[in-house]
Formats: sequence, structure tokens, C-alpha cells
Amino acid sequence: MGEPIRSIIVLAAIFVGVLATAAGLIWLERRLLGLWQDRYGPNRAGPFGSLQVVADMIKIFTKEDWIPPFADKPVFIIAPSIIVVTTILSFAIIPFGPGIQIANLNIGLLFFLAMSSLSVYSVALAGWASDNKYSLLGGLRAAAQMLGYEVFMGLSLTGVIILAGSFNLSDIVNAQRKMWFFIPQFPGFLIFLIAGLAETRRIPFDLPEAENELVAGYHTEYSGMKFGMFFVGEYMGVTLISALIATLFFGGWMGPLLPPPLWMIIKTFVFICFFILIRATLPRLRYDQLISFGWKLMLPLALLNIVVTGAVAIAIN
Amino acid sequence: MATIFIDNIPYQVQDGQNLLSACLSLGFNIPYFCWHPAMHAVGACRMCAVKQFRDENDTRGSIVMSCMTPATDGTRISIEDDDVREFRAGVIEFLMINHPHDCPVCDEGGECHLQDMTVMSGHVYRRYRFKKRTYLNQNLGPFINHEMNRCIQCYRCVRFYRDYCGGRDFNVFGAHERIYFGRCADGTLENEFSGNLVEVCPTGVFTDKTLRKHYTRKWDLQTAPSVCPHCGLGCNTIVGERYGSVRRILNRYNHEVNGYFLCDRGRFGYEFVNGSNRVLQPIIRDSSNNSKNSNQPVQETEVLEHLAKIWRSSKGIIGLGSPRATLEANFSLRSLVGPENFYLGMSEPESKMISRIIQVLRSGPVHSPSLREVELCDAVLILGEDVTNSAPRLALSLRQSVRQKSMEIADRLKIPRWADAAVRQAVQSKKGPLFILSPFATKLDDIATETLRIDPNDIARFGFQVAHEINHEAPEVADLQPNLKELAIRIAAALKQASMPLVVSGTGSGTLSVINAAANVAWALSDKGEKAGLFYTVPECNSLGLGLMGGGSLRECFEKVNSDSVDTLVILENDLYRRAPAEMVESILRKCKHTIVIDHLFSKTIQKAEVVFPCGTFAETTGSFVNSEGRVQRLYRAMPETGEILESHNWILEIIKTVKPDATDHLLNIDSICESITREFSIFKPLLELAPSSQFRAIGQKIPRQSHRFSGRTSMSANISVHEPKPPDDSESPLSFSMEGYPGIPPSSLIQRFWAPGWNSGQSVNKFQSEINGPLLGGDPGKRLIEPSTGNKWNYFSDIPEANGHRDKEWLALPKFHIFGSEELSRFGASISERAPKPYVGISSQDADLLDKKEGEKVSLVIDNVLLNLPAHIINSLPRGVIALPVGISNLDGIELPAWARIVENSNG
Amino acid sequence: MLDLLKGIWTVFKHSFRKRETVLFPEEKPNRPPRWRGRIILSRDPDGQERCVACYLCAAACPVDCIALQATQDEHGRRYPAFFRINFSRCIFCGFCEEACPTYAIQLTNDFEMSEYYRPNFVYEKEHLLINGPGKYHDYNFYRVAGISIGGKGKGESENESLPVDIYSLKP
Repeated sequence: MGEPIRSIIVLAAIFVGVLATAAGLIWLERRLLGLWQDRYGPNRAGPFGSLQVVADMIKIFTKEDWIPPFADKPVFIIAPSIIVVTTILSFAIIPFGPGIQIANLNIGLLFFLAMSSLSVYSVALAGWASDNKYSLLGGLRAAAQMLGYEVFMGLSLTGVIILAGSFNLSDIVNAQRKMWFFIPQFPGFLIFLIAGLAETRRIPFDLPEAENELVAGYHTEYSGMKFGMFFVGEYMGVTLISALIATLFFGGWMGPLLPPPLWMIIKTFVFICFFILIRATLPRLRYDQLISFGWKLMLPLALLNIVVTGAVAIAIN
Repeated sequence: MATIFIDNIPYQVQDGQNLLSACLSLGFNIPYFCWHPAMHAVGACRMCAVKQFRDENDTRGSIVMSCMTPATDGTRISIEDDDVREFRAGVIEFLMINHPHDCPVCDEGGECHLQDMTVMSGHVYRRYRFKKRTYLNQNLGPFINHEMNRCIQCYRCVRFYRDYCGGRDFNVFGAHERIYFGRCADGTLENEFSGNLVEVCPTGVFTDKTLRKHYTRKWDLQTAPSVCPHCGLGCNTIVGERYGSVRRILNRYNHEVNGYFLCDRGRFGYEFVNGSNRVLQPIIRDSSNNSKNSNQPVQETEVLEHLAKIWRSSKGIIGLGSPRATLEANFSLRSLVGPENFYLGMSEPESKMISRIIQVLRSGPVHSPSLREVELCDAVLILGEDVTNSAPRLALSLRQSVRQKSMEIADRLKIPRWADAAVRQAVQSKKGPLFILSPFATKLDDIATETLRIDPNDIARFGFQVAHEINHEAPEVADLQPNLKELAIRIAAALKQASMPLVVSGTGSGTLSVINAAANVAWALSDKGEKAGLFYTVPECNSLGLGLMGGGSLRECFEKVNSDSVDTLVILENDLYRRAPAEMVESILRKCKHTIVIDHLFSKTIQKAEVVFPCGTFAETTGSFVNSEGRVQRLYRAMPETGEILESHNWILEIIKTVKPDATDHLLNIDSICESITREFSIFKPLLELAPSSQFRAIGQKIPRQSHRFSGRTSMSANISVHEPKPPDDSESPLSFSMEGYPGIPPSSLIQRFWAPGWNSGQSVNKFQSEINGPLLGGDPGKRLIEPSTGNKWNYFSDIPEANGHRDKEWLALPKFHIFGSEELSRFGASISERAPKPYVGISSQDADLLDKKEGEKVSLVIDNVLLNLPAHIINSLPRGVIALPVGISNLDGIELPAWARIVENSNG
Repeated sequence: MLDLLKGIWTVFKHSFRKRETVLFPEEKPNRPPRWRGRIILSRDPDGQERCVACYLCAAACPVDCIALQATQDEHGRRYPAFFRINFSRCIFCGFCEEACPTYAIQLTNDFEMSEYYRPNFVYEKEHLLINGPGKYHDYNFYRVAGISIGGKGKGESENESLPVDIYSLKP
């Protein structure tokens, strides 16, 4: 088997896997929420309701894909695709096993940060192009929130980089052979987790689409598959953040007995479930609380983390 | 003004009232049963108790009946005192002891004064555990249903029927707790106002039998203010509609016109609207194939196209208006054909009389009184009019006017006029002067001072003589019999003595000189400085309006058709066979190539028409009528547009749009028609202030035709389509076909129902009046068009007719009106037709002997070359040489009366 | 912060709780006798229609989904000529049952009324009328009311004396 074929297989597997996971999350999230709220959730279509995803997909594909006459048409169409593209591109740098990786970039982490920054455009442009006051407010909220949380998301990872000495994700995984980074980098892990929640605009940070104030925020005017892209984009974001947490703080694909990709998948799913558990538990924040929480608490904490990690690293070396 | 203290708060009230009406006028709620604003107080029911205090130091007070206590200056009462509340609760509990458990099946339920008062008095729980008293009911004819068990013995019915209306066939029977209100035996209530018992009775003893056939609760009716179309008086009514049919007519209080009461023709005459002989779709009859079956219902566009074709090909078009169509419809027809081609659709003598009446009222110095003013007149002369049958509600007012003079007896005894029982006791049977000149007995004869049975020409001659006796400037009748002369002097004296004499006449006699004579009498009185009134009855609801608009007479129309300059006839709401002899009509209709009829009932004329447009009846029409007083009044449609039926004026507007597509000048809707009318005729100026325009909104909302409790909105048409239809739009009025809209009291001309919180029955009218028995809040609807001219020169009529005398072998045939049957539309209703007489010829008993005819035997007579074969009906009151023919009864239509008739020997027996 | 974790833990513990959901079509929920379900019209103990077409249910209905027309037989007994309930509008509030003076209209336990076609929700009298007295076994309005109907003359109702003799002069 030649190298290119292997790459294509890996690429196809990751691509299909990510999309399937994102779609499956539609079902998984509702089932888990049901579980934690003493209900069943979707349990009618297929075994345990698992075909609900298919039903939802059929529905979302066959719905009228309506573009409001007052919308900024090209932007309105482009916006949802940005979020999907940037999130999928981010998966390129994640190692699912030793050598099972699409692009082993030496600036992998920076690439991820760049991509997640780009996804702000999707939301902001969607809000703008809809030409609807709720959408615009939602878009603006999303932009402010994601920019703010972006900052310390990057900073929270600096500790990991210092410990691993590399931006390369494979290197970071390999650096965790002795100890998973969430132990030395526990504050960094927490900050990254919170920032990740905010980046994916999930409860308790889903203010851009707070339905009780903004109808549906930036995607109010979206329907059909364009809405579906936002929808799936969010789940891919959740998957991505979970995979990154696993990679950066929990040893990535490393684990005993089982094959490495399986370990990676298990760890990712644990964090996906944790995200859903948080959704089942926490209420939504107020917007000013959200912003001040980010800038006044998380940013100083992240900076402190860098200083302490740096100092310890210098001391040990 | 007097100051009274109610629960220690001072209020200003009018002098001379009782406390009950004063308190109700102030807006307080005091329960009552036997008191009625028109019939005043007898103090029978004990419900209206209040506590009266001697002065501000009196804390105990005493319970008095507010209806029997005058509201004098300084009166101190309490309505809310505990004792008196307990007293009232006790009284209602007693009244309710025998009241059956009937409300769910009682027609009064939901608009029951007894329900309202029971709730108002706080009686909520029946403690009485013993057996209830029951009664057997009577069949009271086609109008009224009787359910005696529900009676609470308030005596209103018998007071109304006997004292107010002068009915004789209804009374109270029995003793103590076995008291019974009814007839002495089953049978139809004879009085023409029996229908008011429905509204007078505070509970469900007397209910509307015609409503019972399609019973609907008050709250479910879609109601609109309307004007009765069944005679010229223009009584105000409320038309109630449900599921696309008219369910009932209720009285709509108008202080100046009908007050609280309607006649039975007005109340029960609506059934023709739901009848089977309505025209429901446009019809085009194939002119090549003139058989009856060729008429085919068509669509609106088709019929208008056909009409445009007719219009292009015709050489001349004539429009015939109608005295039963609205002003707006007549005017739009006039605009369609042009004023020179517009003819009044009235019979020849009728149009002459109407234009004479208008001339008299417009140029003369005498005021035409409203019905309320008629009640205040204290001497009345009726010239040749059978008022009870031709303008029934006027007869009821006249019945009150004869009490005016005798009221002075009560005044002398210092009995307040509202103390009804005491007044009647004091007055006994004394009546003010009322003189009736008529060819036959009338229903008012029982209250008349003197009656004279002479034929119309003699009535006119006698009238001229009365005028001469009042004022010698008026022409004298030379050769009058001395005994009549003497009577004329007596009548003249009585009229001169009165403070407000009234002369009543009208078109009923069919004789123009009677109208002249009545004018002479009134003018003579006025010339003597008396404040006289002159009331002319007119035959139809808009006779006067059409007359004011003016146009050629029917005969002129026929002449024009015969001159071959026209070949198309547009007939608006008119059956020509009622207006002119059949032969003449037939020849005219044959002559015209195209006959276009806009009408709502299938008539003989429609059967001959080429194009028929189905128009709305009064219940489906918005427009204006001018009543006999010269008062223009607005009526609003109660029913939404159904199917292909349009209002007459809207059909004509559609026709105008079709045949003159480029003339986009003025007529668009009812508002612009009214504006055009006022532009063209200055006399119709008040039409603009008559009622709020269609753009009017009360606090931004339309006035809802449906009550706030209207039910079945999402279900009534669900069997046809489960999707609720949008409420029909009414662009012509500020009323909406919806429950949503302004919930308060609307402007008086838009009052669509009488209802107030706690007052579900019609008695809630007291909340709509400025004071009890006073005008409605904001003034009564309707505007008078004709006021007496003060400066004008006028001259007495001097064309005294010759006496008819006797002719050998010939009889003078006179028209005899019947309240039920003579009117064109109401006779098609089931219950009215039940009361209508069969065709007959009335002959005097002497003539009957002469001709050797007994009651019911066939008599053959020839009038105007028409042979009639009718059963004889012996009328004792008829003078010799005179026969009476019922007007408007099936095959007697179109004969111009009076006329000379030859009685021919009956060949076939 | 600790509270947050406590909350998350509490929610997580719900993974092992029994679920509250009743899996409806397989498992029938328990309905109390006064459940407000499909509306019926009942008959009195004599087997006659109880409804006297008094319009009170229609007036009480907050969504106006009841329409009827009163009529009567030759003996004066009132009944509805038609009686229509548009169940696609009905909110099962039970006001009609409360308003009914004759116990005619009653709400039942049946709530399984889904339809694919909305006009099927329009129930006419023949769909509403059942053959029994429903929840109230003994009541017969016409036995109490003062009006006479076929088979019951004046004064023959419960607690009524015979019609008075108005010609009597007895004290």
C-alpha cells in the first residue's frame, strides 16, 4: 500500500467519521438530555430512535430553502458554509493514532486557532446578511463573545506548548507519555474547556441564539439545509473541541490494551457527553456576565497560568 | 330641577318624576317589574323598594316603593341600605316561588328581565320545597306563544293590552293565587299591537312564535339598526340574523318615532325575507323563447355583459323607481338613466297624492308632527284614513292622544301623571275629542267622540266645511246637509279649543281632495293662531322620499313607452301589476323590447322580465327611507352579502360601471351617493349628518353587529369548510360582521342592540336614554327634512269636489286596507298570511238585502272592464251605495280605487 | 464553582433514575373519571335526547366551537336540529359541561382523537349522541321543567300541582 492511498483512506475515514459523529450527535444529545431529565428522548425511529438522524436529515433536506428577499444574498449563502469548512479543516491536524493524521503540521495548534477565529465570520456575516434586527444582534453578540474567548483560549494552551515544547499535536501527544497534561495544566484545561464551550456557542454560552430574546439569533432567517449547516457546524465544533481536549490534556490516542484510534474516540465521546451534561445542568448566562467573566476572570487566570507554568518550567530546566 | 339625596349624595333630577325613573335616569340600578316607562307606575310588584329618610337626622327611615314616590326637592333615599336589600330579596323570592325550572327551554332566557332582576336582587337559592302552581296555556294565534306557568303577576300585559292599546279580548281572570292572564277562550289575539307583549312581559309568558320556529338566543343574533319597511311611518327596528336568515325584529327605541312599541306587521312581517319566493340569482330570460322555463340562473358577470349588449342596442331607456326602495337605490337609478328618464313607480293617483302632500307640507305653515308629538295632541280629526290598518303605529299614538285632554282631571286632583292607576281611576272613561270620518268602521271608533260614515268625496266636502267653520277665509261648501253642517261646527269648535289640534289624513282613501281638505283644516287652525299638526299617512316606507326626489308619473312613463321612443325599461323593486291595471301593464311590457327588473321577490313583473337582478330586502340593505313625517332615517343591513344577492344600489352601480365604463365621476358607494343626492337636491342636505359615514370608527373600531357572547364562530360553517371564513367586509357602514369592535354605547343611529351589564333584556334601553322616556344619548337618530315654512304665501284649496251621490246599478268601490295582507311584502310571510283576509267584496247590509246576497255568496262586479268574482262580506258600517275592496289582496292588485263598479248578475252562481 | 459541579453531579445521577415518561400508545395512561376528553351528548333515563338546545354550552365555549340550532317536536319538546362541535378548535376546557343545565353535554375519558384530515374533527349530532345517560344516571330535565311535552301534560312534572281552575271562586 502506497503512502498516498493510505493518506486518502485516512482522510476519507476522518471526514466521514466527523460528519457521522456530528449527525449522530443530533440523536445522542437528545437521548442524553432525555436520560438526565428522566425522559426518553427520540425513541420511535429505528432501534432506540437512532434513525431519528435519518428522519431529521430527510426533513432538513426537503424543507423549503428560503432566502428572504431583503437579505444580502451572496453573503447569506456563503455564511453557513464558512463554519462547516473551518471546523472540518481543523480536524486535519488532530492525530487519531500514531500516524493517523491528515496533516502533521508543525504549527498544528496555531492552525486550529486560526480556523476557529475564522468561524466568527460565519456567524457575524449570517447575522448581518439576514437584515433582521434579531439576527444582527445575535451576530454581534457572537462576534464579541467569540473574539473575547478566543484570546484566552489561545493563552490557555500556552502552558501545554511550554510543557510539550511544540505546536505539533503529535509531539504534544507523545509528550504526555509520562503524565497527561491535565494534571500539570489543570487550570489551563479548565480555561480551555470553558473557552471551548463559548467557541461552540453552547449552553451556558448560547447567547447569540437566545431564543427568548432573539428568536434564534443569527440563524433566525435560515431554513432548510443552510440552517442545517449551522446546526451540524455546532456539533462538529463540539466534536472538535472534545477531540482537542482529549489530545491536548488527556493523552490523545494513548491508552492500554485497545488500539490507539479507539482510545481517541472513547476520550472524545466522554467529553462530548460532558458537554451535553453541562447543557442539561446549567442555565444561560446574562450577556454582560458572560463578557465580564471572560475578560475579567478568565483572561487574568490564563495569563497567571502561563506565568506559573513558565516559571516552573524554567525552574525544572 | 329638584335635588334628591341618594345614599347621602345629592343629585339633580327633573321635576315631576317618580323616584324610580329619576334613579334609573341617573344610572342607578333598581329592580322593577310592573313599572314600564311608557305605562308608568302602579306599584304592584313591590320590587323597586328604597328606603326613604325624613331628613339628614333620620337614621331609621321607612321602606317605600320608588315608583310610587315623587322625586321632590330634598328627598333622601337609600338604595343600598341593608333593610331594603333584604326586602327586595324577599320579594323576588316570593315572586320566584312558582316560577318553573324552564330557563333552558324558555325563549326569554338570556334576555329575561326576571333573570336580570333576580340576579340584581341577589336571590340565588330556592328555599321553597313545596309544589309549584301550574296553568294551562292558550293558543294565542300565529304571533304569540303563551306559557302561563312563568307568570309573576306583574300585570304589565293586561295594562298594556287593555289600557294602552285598547284591546278587548285579553284580560286577567281568576282570584288570588289563581290569577290568569289570557283570553276567555283560545284564539288569536285581535289587537294589532299584541306583539309588544313579547317585550312588555318581563319574563317568558308571551314569546315570539315566529322566532320559535328558528329559535336563537339574543346573544347569538347578528343585529343591526333598521327601519321597518312595512308602512310609511318608519318605525325603528332591530333586525336579528343568524345562519343566513332573519330571525326576528325587535323594537328600537326612538323617542320621536316609535318609542317602545311596534305594530304586529312590523314585528312579524319579516318572514318574507326567508321565504321561498326570493330571487336568489340573476336571471336572463331568452327573449326568443318566451316560455316560463327558459329562465336560467346565471353569474353576475354574464348578466352584466348581457345588460351591456341591451344597452348598446336600445334606443331609449326608462328607469322606474320604487317607493319601497331606498333613496340611494332610487337616486342611483336616476343617475343611470338620467333625470329626464326617471319615473316614479307609484300608481297614478298615489303619485298625485304624494306630490300634493309634499306640496302641502313644504309650502304650508303647519308642522307635520312626529308620533311622539301626536301623543301630545289633545284634539284629533281623522279624514278618511283607516289608521289602524294603513299606518298602525299611528293608531297607538292617537290612542294616547285622546288621554291628553282628560289628564287635566288628574292634574286638577294633583295626581301625578305617572301614577297610572290613580290617573285612570280619576279619569274613568273620559276621552279627549277624536273625530273620525271614514266610509266604514275603524278600530279607533271605540275612542272616537263622533264618527261619520260617508264616502271619500263627502269626507273631503265635509273637511272643507270644517275648515270654513274654523276660519271663514277658507272656502265654504255650499250644498251641505244641515246636520253635517252642525257637526262641522261642533268639530271646528272642539279643534279650536284644543291647545294642540291634529288633523290626520292620508293616501288611504285614494282621493286627492281629502288631502286638500285636511290641509285646509290644518291651515285654518294655524291661521287662527293654533299650534296645529297635520299628519299624512303615506302607503310605503319611502313614498315621501321618492316623491321629494320627483320624476314622471307612471302614466307619463306609459305614454313615453307607447310613443316608441324607448324600448328598455329598468324597474327597481317594483311590481307594476300592483301599480296599474293588469291590462295596461301587460301592453307596456309587451311593447318594451327589454325589461330589466331589480327585485327580491318573484312577482308577476319579474315573470315577464328579460333580465332579473336579485337585490337585498330591508334586512340586506343599507340606505335611507323618508317616513310620512318627512324624517329621513338610515337603515343598515343585518345580513352579510350571501350568494349573488346585492343591494339594489350596488347592482345599479355595477350596471353603471358596465354600461358607462368611462364615466368614472361620482357614484362609488353609499357615501358618495348621499353626497350626490345632497348636491342635486338641497332638501336632502340633512342626509349627510343623518348617520356617521362608513369611515366612522368609535375609538378606532367598527361597531360590532355580533354581541360579545356570540357563539359558534369556529363551528357554524365547519360542515362546509373547517377553515373559518374571514368575516364579511362591510365597506358601506361603520358596522362590522364580527364580535370584535367598539364595546360601548355607539352613536344613536348605530345602536345595534340594547344591552348593558346586568341588563340583558330590552329594558336596558334606560341605559341608552338621556333620561327615562327621553331621547337617546346623543339625540335621536333621523333628521327631519320638511319644516313648515313661515314666510311662504299659501292659499286655501278651493277645488271642492262634487258629491258622488248615488248611481243606479253602480256602486262606488272604495279601498279597504288590512294591516295583515294589504302590504306588499309582509303578506308573503307565513304568520302574516295566516292573518290576512281572503279576497272579498264588502257590501253594506242594506245593499246586501237589495242584491239578495248573504255573507260568503259570490258577487260579480265589473270595474274598469275587469270582471271580479268575489265572495260578499257584509260590513254593517258601510254607507249605502258603497262597496269596499281589500287592498293588495292577491288578485285585486292594480285596480285604481275609488272607482265605480257595476254589479252584474251572477251567471255561474 | 463547587455548586456548579454539584449541579452537574446531581444531573448525572439522574442517569440511573426511573423515567417519568408514559410510553403512550403501548402503555395507556391512568385517567381519572372527571378527565376532560372527547365530548358526547347523552340521553336521559327514558332514552330521549337530553339536549334541549338552550345554547348555553355554545355561549360558554371560549373558542366558539359549538354551533347548534334549536327546534321542537309537535308537542313542544325542544331538541337540537343540528349540533356541531369542531374538535379541531376545542380546547377541552369543560365549560360546556359546566354550563349544561340538563347534563346533556359531557366530557369523556377518550382523548385518542388524532386525524390526518381536519374536516374529520367536525362532529355532528349523530357522532356526538350516545345511547346512555353518561356520568349522571337519573336526571331528566323534562321531568322537572314546567313546560308540557309529549307524554307529560301541565302539572305532571315533579313537585307540581295540577293546573289551577281559574273559574273557581274558592278562597
